[in-house]
Order: sequence, then structure tokens, then C-alpha cells
Amino acid sequence: MTEKVLMKGNEALAEAAIRAGCRFFFGYPITPQTELAAYMAKRMGKEGGVYLQAESEIAAINMVYGAAGAGKRAMTSSSSPGISLKGEGISYMAGADLPGVIINVQRGGPGLGGIQPSQSDYFQATRATGHGDFHLIVLAPSTVQEMTDYVFRAFDLADEYRTPVMILADGMLGQMMEPVVLPEPKTEFPEKPWAVTGHKGQRSHNIVNSLHLQPERLEETNIERYERYARIKATEQLAEEYLVEDADIVVVAFGASSRIARSAVNKAREKGIKAGLIRPITLWPFPEDVISAAADRAKAFLTVEMNMGQMVDDVRLAVCGRKPVEFYGRAGGIIPTPAETLAAIERLAESLEGGAR
Amino acid sequence: MSKVVFERPHALTDLQFTYCPGCTHGITHRLVAETLDELGIEGTTVGVAPVGCSVLAYEFFACDMVQAAHGRAPAVATGLKRALPENVVFTYQGDGDLASIGMAETVHAATRGEKITIIFINNAIYGMTGGQLAPTSLPNQVTQTSPFGRNVDNDGFPIRVVEMLSTLDGVALAQRVTMDSPKNVRAAKRAIKKAFEYQIEGAGFTIIEVVSTCPTNWGLSPVDAMQWLRDKMLPYYPLGVYKDIKADGFANVAEAAAARAAELAAGSAAPAEGGEA
Repeated sequence: MTEKVLMKGNEALAEAAIRAGCRFFFGYPITPQTELAAYMAKRMGKEGGVYLQAESEIAAINMVYGAAGAGKRAMTSSSSPGISLKGEGISYMAGADLPGVIINVQRGGPGLGGIQPSQSDYFQATRATGHGDFHLIVLAPSTVQEMTDYVFRAFDLADEYRTPVMILADGMLGQMMEPVVLPEPKTEFPEKPWAVTGHKGQRSHNIVNSLHLQPERLEETNIERYERYARIKATEQLAEEYLVEDADIVVVAFGASSRIARSAVNKAREKGIKAGLIRPITLWPFPEDVISAAADRAKAFLTVEMNMGQMVDDVRLAVCGRKPVEFYGRAGGIIPTPAETLAAIERLAESLEGGAR
Repeated sequence: MSKVVFERPHALTDLQFTYCPGCTHGITHRLVAETLDELGIEGTTVGVAPVGCSVLAYEFFACDMVQAAHGRAPAVATGLKRALPENVVFTYQGDGDLASIGMAETVHAATRGEKITIIFINNAIYGMTGGQLAPTSLPNQVTQTSPFGRNVDNDGFPIRVVEMLSTLDGVALAQRVTMDSPKNVRAAKRAIKKAFEYQIEGAGFTIIEVVSTCPTNWGLSPVDAMQWLRDKMLPYYPLGVYKDIKADGFANVAEAAAARAAELAAGSAAPAEGGEA
């Protein structure tokens, strides 16, 4: 049975998490994600779960660390400044190999920044959420339906690879309403023999820990984790391709900006410019295979982002100098318009015709 | 026939402690482990180790253990206890961890009445990092980062943790103990055991502050350190029970808080009824 309902992005994230078996949500108020916490506050008790408003973002992520350590599906959500505070706890989760889901409904920065939608936490999500050598799996929805689907998937990925997973959304997706088909509640969950649940005299004590004072041992744990990351890179890269096959100009955009980029690509096609769109769904692992393959055929790339140019670095790494990679973006919480994005595509098309290279 | 009169508690692993000679961590570990044994809860307990000298506590306690980020143990314990309400959850934290970087987590776990037990080691110094000024360092106490003594004009005053927490409605038991004599060790054991019993009974948040020694970073012999503890620390940090809701006749913190609220309301109403300005 599938039910189609009209939901706000933030609420869809919450409902899908509950259906994915999340019974522990620890939050702290921050715009523009607060509806998520409010929804959880209403729903969790009815599901026999725990909603708790922590004293800080720092406490919230550490509560997730505790509940995840006990083997439960746990989640926290915030927006950009709050995610910075969670960075420490996320690093500890990665170091202790704890699964868990962190939602970032981004707003503009740095500092207190603003409260309008942004994608300026791309670096933070994919490069340096906290200290030490680690990655998160990062999923970037572009519709309310995808908010629902990806958070549902995020819990499975987190358990499968024993890693924290981040949903990188933004204030536009969090606040918009769209019809969604909600997933059937999950009823079967993986065993977690490593969890701290009390040994009941049946086994030696389990320890959830990220401390390894012997350098050789610490290096071993890093190497093992990166072997897992290699498996993730090999199997979990995900991107949507739209009109890429014959495209001269491949626009690369994720999340909210991919919606504008898609309109701009359509308009460019109407004007006779062969444009296409690659929409990375996994920001880490970055879908470098798809971008690299496109670099064989396309003439140039244009990334469209709601920041000063962050994902463009990953596109350049994947293209590896074979084709020009340009950037167009707006920052500060401003959403680029389809018309100005089209203009950026047209400028790039002209420069190619003009024999710029 | 030989008879066993003293042995390692089952709830301690057979690893050798990493603590300095004369440090009271060892006694405190033992008392916690004896409590787990006597209450038969090693198999249902999850402990949380801090950052600091007792960071390796996760190796010494035989129950399931979690290592927490600096100061975050009460938040981690909150997540654990909410996920495992039938289990016993305790944290073991030093003064820097609990009263400085983790004060917010401590206060809020206490005011929420989280049904956890905190064993708080107050030795007036940061031990692990080599003897720096702690939130509990005494006025004029010389440390690596207060080389001329704690200057209260610059560094402020030490925090009396259990006194402060005892004002919060979520706290069921707040008591300060020490380890300087067999008598006080036995009293500390009773307090620790009581805290775990209160948790099991669902009474509320429980904290036992243990006034402890750090001979290494105090620069004293173990014997002199004990004397310094008696002479300097106990006058500033008096032993005693600062809150015990069960002794006051309440089953849990909700009952105690309701009675206190009624008492306060009655008190604030009195002047108006009396017609005073």
C-alpha cells in the first residue's frame, strides 16, 4: 500500500526516519530545520521512541553517540552553525565506527551567516566535518520525495558500513511542500553484536571507543576504515544524468541548485545549445566515474552551486584537466535564477565557439 | 585450609591500573566494581569513561564500556540510558572533564533527572596533561598554568560541584566523600552503592563527588598528599550529603520537586497575605 501525502521537506525527513526505524532523536532548535524537531516531538512518543531537546548541538550529537553505541537507530538534525558544533561528536562517531544519521538543512555562512538556503557546507560535509582522517557518506536530495527516500536509505548505509551518514539538504528543500510517497515502515534490522547493551555474563565486555594510544594500532584502524571507504567508493557512487549523452556543456549541480540547473539546461536546449545535467546524489563518495566518463565526450563543464564554488573542486579532480570546468554560483542565501544560470551556460557556449580553446 | 579474604572484584578486569602511586583512582575503581558485584549488575551496566587520567577506565571495568569525548560523558550516558532504560549507566569523570569543559552536559543531565550515576573525581588539578589549573583548584594553589598560585582576580573561584547541583530538582542524591582513611573509604563505598541503588529504583540523577589526591602533580609524596587533602581540600570541599530525596521521604525527584514547588509557592504567597510591602 502506498500513500501519497503533501509534506514539508523537514517533516518528510522526520517521518521517513521514523519509518526507517529511528526511535531516538536528539535535537536543538535552529532555523531552518526546526519543523523537523517539532515533528519528532509530536510523533516519537507515539512510536515508543525518544525525542529529547538537548542543551546544545554538542550534547545532541553525543546523545546520538550513546544511543548508537547501544545499537539503536539514532539521528540528530541541525543547520550549518549547529553542524559545526556537532563536528567533534561526528569525528568520535567515525572513530568509534558508530552508525547514525545527521541532517544538515543548510543556511548561509560563515559565522552566524543568515537563515536563507545555501550549499556552503559542501566542504564541511565532504572534507572536514571534524578532526582526523574520516569521511561521512553524504546524500544530497533535491526533492521532498528524495528527502524521504535518502533518509530511509541513510540508516541502512550507516548500519552496513558502520559510519555516520549525512543528509545535506538546505533551507529551500526543508521549507518546500511537495507530494511524497512514504516508505513502508522497516521491520527488520541488522544484528549489532558490537553494541554496548550489558554483557549479561554471556560475553566479554564490549567497548565503544576511538582511543588507540599505540600509533601502529591507530594506523591499523585508519587503514581498515579506508578499506571500507574504498568499498563505498566502488559501490555507492550515485548520480542522475539528464541529457548528458550528446551534451557539449555538462552542468553539474546538486540539491536545490540542480532544480534550477535543470530548467536552465532545458532553456539552453530550446536555444540550440547542447547542454546536459549531472546531479550528484552522493556527494561523498563523489560520483567521479560518471563525471570522468562525461569528460570524454563533453566540451566543457559548468558547476552551479549556492556558494562561492566548492563542489567545482571535485568536478575538476574528476575531469583532471581534460576539459575546462567553470563555476557559477550565488552565495549568502540567494538562490540563482534559471535566467542567470542560462546566461552562464550561454557565456560558456560562446567562449567555446569563439575558439577560446 | 586456606581461605580467601581479599580478591579482585569480578567487575574489574585483570589489567594493571595505569594510575600513579598514591593516586586514589584505584580505590575508587575498586569501590565501584565492588558495588557492581554486590548488586549483581555487572552484566546490565554500561559505564562511560571520560577524557583525563581515567580515560582507560573502559579497560579496567569488566562491564560494557563507552569512551566519551572530553566533558560529554553525561550526554553520552543520556543517550545510553534513554536507549537502555532497563540497564544501569554510570559515568566516571574528573574535575576538568565534568566541571569545566563538560559543565553544561553535567548541569543539564542533572536537571533533567537522568537516571544515571556520576562518579566525580575532584583532585583540584588536570592530572593527565601534567598538572594545570582546574575548575576546582584552590585559591593560591600552584599549578603549571597558575605558577604563582591561583589568583582569584584573574582565574576566578573554584566550583563546589555537589553544592551547586543539589539546588536542581532533577537530583536525587548529591554527596561528597573522600578516601583518606579506612573509615572514609567505607563511607564512600556506602555512598556509591546508594547512588547505584537509587538509579535502579528510578529515583533520579545521582552524583558522588570523591575528593581525591594527585601526588604526582601536587608534587607531594602519597602520604603528604593525603595530609594536603585533609588540610587544604576538605575545608573548602566539606564532606557530606547535600541532597538525598529518599532520606527526605520522597520516592523520586518528581515527588520531591512537586513538594519543593508547593513550599516555594506558599513562601512567596505569605508576605502578600500578611499585607507587607
